[in-house]
Amino acid sequence: MKAIQAAKTGGGQWLLYLYGIYLALPVYWLVSLSLRSNQSIVGTTGDAGLTFANYQEIFTNPVWYTGFANSLSYVAINTVISVTVALPAAYAFSRYRFIGDKHLFFWLLTNRMAPPAVFLLPFFQLYSAVGLFDTPLAVALAHCLFTVPLSVWILEGFMSSVPRSLDEMARIDGHSLPYFFLRIFLPTIKSGIGVTVFFCFMFSWVELLLARTLTGSAAKPIVVVMTRTVSASGIDWGVLAAAGVLTIVPGLAVVWFVRKHLVKGFALGRVS
Amino acid sequence: MHDNRAWFGVLPVLLIVSFSAVIPLITVVNYSVQDIFDVDTRLFVGLDWYRETLRDPRFLDALLRQAGFSILILGIEIPLGILVARALPTEGRRVGLILVLMAIPLLIPWNVVGTIWQLFARPDIGLLGSFVNGLGVEFNFTANRLDAWITLLMMDVWHWTSLVALLTFSGLSSIPSAYYQAATMDGASRWQVFRHVELPRLKSVLMIAVLLRLMDSFMIYTEPFVLTGGGPGNSTTFLSQYLTTMAVGQFDLGPAAAFSVLYFLVVLLLCWLFYTSMTTNAEEQ
Amino acid sequence: MNWMAWTLPTALFFVAVASALLVMIVWELRSPTLTRRGFLPMATTRGDRFFIALLASAFAHIAWLAVSDGPVLIASGLSLMGGFVLMRWG
Repeated sequence: MKAIQAAKTGGGQWLLYLYGIYLALPVYWLVSLSLRSNQSIVGTTGDAGLTFANYQEIFTNPVWYTGFANSLSYVAINTVISVTVALPAAYAFSRYRFIGDKHLFFWLLTNRMAPPAVFLLPFFQLYSAVGLFDTPLAVALAHCLFTVPLSVWILEGFMSSVPRSLDEMARIDGHSLPYFFLRIFLPTIKSGIGVTVFFCFMFSWVELLLARTLTGSAAKPIVVVMTRTVSASGIDWGVLAAAGVLTIVPGLAVVWFVRKHLVKGFALGRVS
Repeated sequence: MHDNRAWFGVLPVLLIVSFSAVIPLITVVNYSVQDIFDVDTRLFVGLDWYRETLRDPRFLDALLRQAGFSILILGIEIPLGILVARALPTEGRRVGLILVLMAIPLLIPWNVVGTIWQLFARPDIGLLGSFVNGLGVEFNFTANRLDAWITLLMMDVWHWTSLVALLTFSGLSSIPSAYYQAATMDGASRWQVFRHVELPRLKSVLMIAVLLRLMDSFMIYTEPFVLTGGGPGNSTTFLSQYLTTMAVGQFDLGPAAAFSVLYFLVVLLLCWLFYTSMTTNAEEQ
Repeated sequence: MNWMAWTLPTALFFVAVASALLVMIVWELRSPTLTRRGFLPMATTRGDRFFIALLASAFAHIAWLAVSDGPVLIASGLSLMGGFVLMRWG
């Protein structure tokens, strides 16, 4: 290892520090703006004291906190649906060969890779036709477009690293497939399920285009509220920054628990 | 094990993705061959919208701009990510913490990434914008095309380079140290170590990194929408935004549908090319 | 279903795609495919070659529409021939 470490001192260290500063500065600026009043940001007053008024505004103004609640509700529905339907499918892909399996697996990938915009045109008509427009369920179902393929791919990656001998032993012990799957197999891949939940949550939480198209006033999510904060006196930068900080918090709060599998999740389960 | 009953396991996924992807896509194809005034007043026009879109200079411009953007960010993020990954310490208790800190930009909602960079780069209230202007360099990403592009590229590099670095790092840590020792004994230079020891073993993770970055940059919508709104002019209007403006803003269903189908086919082709070379590569190893 | 804006030509198109998939499945059940190496740079199954043929014909049509005002059926005819070559020797 010495040889590797030796090669890494010098130029590499500087690059890391620079990269760290580059990553940190915009976030620092966001946090610092969120703690200042809008007057001090745009420079009409010299007052530069710290204030929590922006956060207070978000927690007391129904437009903001219902936005958060709406987002959380469709993200939760989406995550439950995605993981539930993806578990048996991922097991099928990981353990069996069947007609069209490879093509199906590729087709799922294309849905993850395709721009949501290309499916967008008839969404209003489709969800109006089934009476779901402007409900959290509509956004949750629409986000299944990419979260279901994502879940299948990640879970398949985790399941394939469990040796098949586990399945065979259970069969020899006389356990039925449902019993084995629910009571023995799922507990063995629980970290994989955790990672999948995290990524469904992430990708549904960050999506703007479908969420905006499928909601009106009743189910308006936080990401849409944020793009429309222009009031009569212009944009309130302080409140916008505070909302930005708050939307980062959920991701940060759970990332520590999935840190070991973060790379695997981002790579759709394709690396070990 | 070959067992076609495994299809029952896949059925729920099939149903739900059909609802959110197949039905919309079929409808888009239906739209694309008609001139639609409303659902009951529509006119079959054949493939005219496709012909028109393919010869529309605005579509070709957006496509070129999109390709340029994707190539540029790949050209920056992949080498930079590899460099960062190689500079990371390989052991010690700090590593886990550094990796998590590096991952933070990846966890930020995409519209907030746009907001962050807007707040950071604006010439009036932004740290970067006011600093650069303070140096005496004119910088305004809402008015100047070049500045808008630079800001967008910086934002995307900021947002996604860590992904490349994390992937590369996991690839690097799977290389046995005996490989390095052998290379050191042969007196290999750092470049030779990279070229002949590391790169071959990074091939599969780098392909995933390129696939993810290429496809995600090809569908980029939220960040430029928040940051520049596609402007100044159309200079940062990429395919998804162009399509959305057409569909929602102007309600040109027929042309927008033809555009969607073409866009989807390009994505399908790219995705297939990468997926095939990835699986072929994996089988050869 | 009115909102899906069906037209006869697109309906026929999707029926054709669906039946092609069905035929491929039945064919596969009757005689399972062998992965083989033809003139394409990688080993393919029958289903792979079928997909490649479909994708190639889509782009053939796009290319035709982009450069020519002639009847699209010429592109379709060329695609059919190309598809046959791909399925047989690809």
